[in-house]
Amino acid sequence: MACIEARGLRKAFKTTTALDGINLRVEEGRILGLIGPNGAGKTTALNAILGLTSYEGELKVLGRDPWAAREELMRDVSFIADVSVLPRWIRVSDLLDYVGGVHPRFDRAKAETFLARTEIKRTSKVRELSKGMVAQLHLAAVMAVDAKLLVLDEPTLGLDILYRKRFYDSLLNDYFHGTRTIVVTTHQVDEIQDVLTDLMFIDRGRIVLESSMEEFESRFLEVMVRPEQLDAARALKPIHERPVFGRSVLLFENADRDQVRALGETRRPSIADVFIAVMGEQKREAGQ
Amino acid sequence: MNEQVETMTANTEPASNIGTRPFYWSVRREIWENRSLYLAPLTVAGVIIIGFMFTAVGLADRRRAVLALDDPAIAQAAIEMPYSMAAMMIMFTGFLVGVFYCLDALHGERRDRSILFWKSLPVSDFTTVLSKITIPLVVLPAISFAVIVATQLAIFLISSVVLLAHGISPMTTLSHTNLLQGVFILIYGLIALSLWHTPTYGWMLFVSAWARRAAFLWAILPAVAITFFEKIVFGTNYFADFLKHRFLNWAEEAFAFRRTSHGTPILDSLSQLTPGRYLSTPGLWLGLIFAAICVAAAIRLRRSRGPI
Repeated sequence: MACIEARGLRKAFKTTTALDGINLRVEEGRILGLIGPNGAGKTTALNAILGLTSYEGELKVLGRDPWAAREELMRDVSFIADVSVLPRWIRVSDLLDYVGGVHPRFDRAKAETFLARTEIKRTSKVRELSKGMVAQLHLAAVMAVDAKLLVLDEPTLGLDILYRKRFYDSLLNDYFHGTRTIVVTTHQVDEIQDVLTDLMFIDRGRIVLESSMEEFESRFLEVMVRPEQLDAARALKPIHERPVFGRSVLLFENADRDQVRALGETRRPSIADVFIAVMGEQKREAGQ
Repeated sequence: MNEQVETMTANTEPASNIGTRPFYWSVRREIWENRSLYLAPLTVAGVIIIGFMFTAVGLADRRRAVLALDDPAIAQAAIEMPYSMAAMMIMFTGFLVGVFYCLDALHGERRDRSILFWKSLPVSDFTTVLSKITIPLVVLPAISFAVIVATQLAIFLISSVVLLAHGISPMTTLSHTNLLQGVFILIYGLIALSLWHTPTYGWMLFVSAWARRAAFLWAILPAVAITFFEKIVFGTNYFADFLKHRFLNWAEEAFAFRRTSHGTPILDSLSQLTPGRYLSTPGLWLGLIFAAICVAAAIRLRRSRGPI
């Protein structure tokens, strides 16, 4: 069963079209990265999936219409909007009491186990915790919920690299398994490259690239071209070219691997590099 | 590691945390967040008690003068005065706290973005908004009741000690008043008061769900605007009178006050409670309908509102 299925998903605000007819299908057990520039429609898409905003078109999350049934949906869906949405006045122990009091799939013991690995005191208030600790607390509360879908919207915004790494490590090791689905948006795309199973670029309310990570790696190839072969390389129509230490790195899409390998040192492109290339292309197309 | 987790969760049924009570916990979290709900009445109670201690210096002389009066009604009114003053001040505090609570109830969570956390839990907007209107309608009157009774008890104890020290029996207080009956009248009064003010709370809650900023201004601006408009265009004061009635007249509908020969209203008999007249006031029911519309609108608004 598809965890998320959307057809012609549209959302227009007064002056902008945030989602311009998106078709989307996320299968169970995938970890999808939703990547896009600011204002691309990522958060609107997630809000629609979470039942936080109305929309036009068809959308089913775990078989339900999110806008009509947010409450029921939230029994099976968890989400972390960003690190700073936990109420600042709440005490850690009260937070656990509350979630345990309202959530039928919350396992208090599990949350306590996760918290025991941190330095968070039960008697502290959220406002007394550091940003990293708040993220850990939120993650502990969310991971203790036996959800089918976890949505993360910039979950590590403003955290230092240590916390960010730990965040994704716990998510993968302690939480993710074959019947869970995770959708994540972040600007720190390279950090989640090895976490994702699927990738989606979104720009101005449209999906501009959709691919599994295996497909992504066979589709895109980056070469650090030897200077004498630069012209030959350019003839193969790279989608992007950037200078690195005085040499040119060219990004190819669906190129002949052997042909490209002959041009220089090949390497796996990062999501960020492909993102910049694809977005640049989008801009050129839009400009024409 | 992944495999381990997989088998672990595969063996257990979906974790069921049975017996969740979203409404109960939503009300509790409101009290956690808004400590002023009980701190404000307690502070006022403290001020009243301290104030009473200052006046206790002349208490014995005043009591002797009161006991020498011929009119028992005036004597009773004089002895009851600090008790009813305390009750009224704490009730008024409860009203103010309720108004400001409602104005912030659906605004604060959008301002500090915590609405995104609350909405990530399986608690409906209906339950949430209902738990919020429960605060001024049920929780605050209950707190007011407890604080008023405790304050009156403290006043009684302080006055008893002072009277005893001056050789007057504290029983003179009890023989001129009926404290148990007073408790009953207080419960009745608190219920009548909160029903009467339900539309005010509902309106504030609606504004707090609707306004993006300056909720207080939006809440009172329409009333001020209509009042001025009416005054300027028609030269009348119907709307202002209506508002005055809305805020102050509950007691006149709920009680049949007797007046002493000095004109002080007194309430010394349960026969002075007029629930029939109170409940048949059309304004009460129109107000409750208005409140229901406001609350329904607030529920609808919360559904589509995000952080501001």
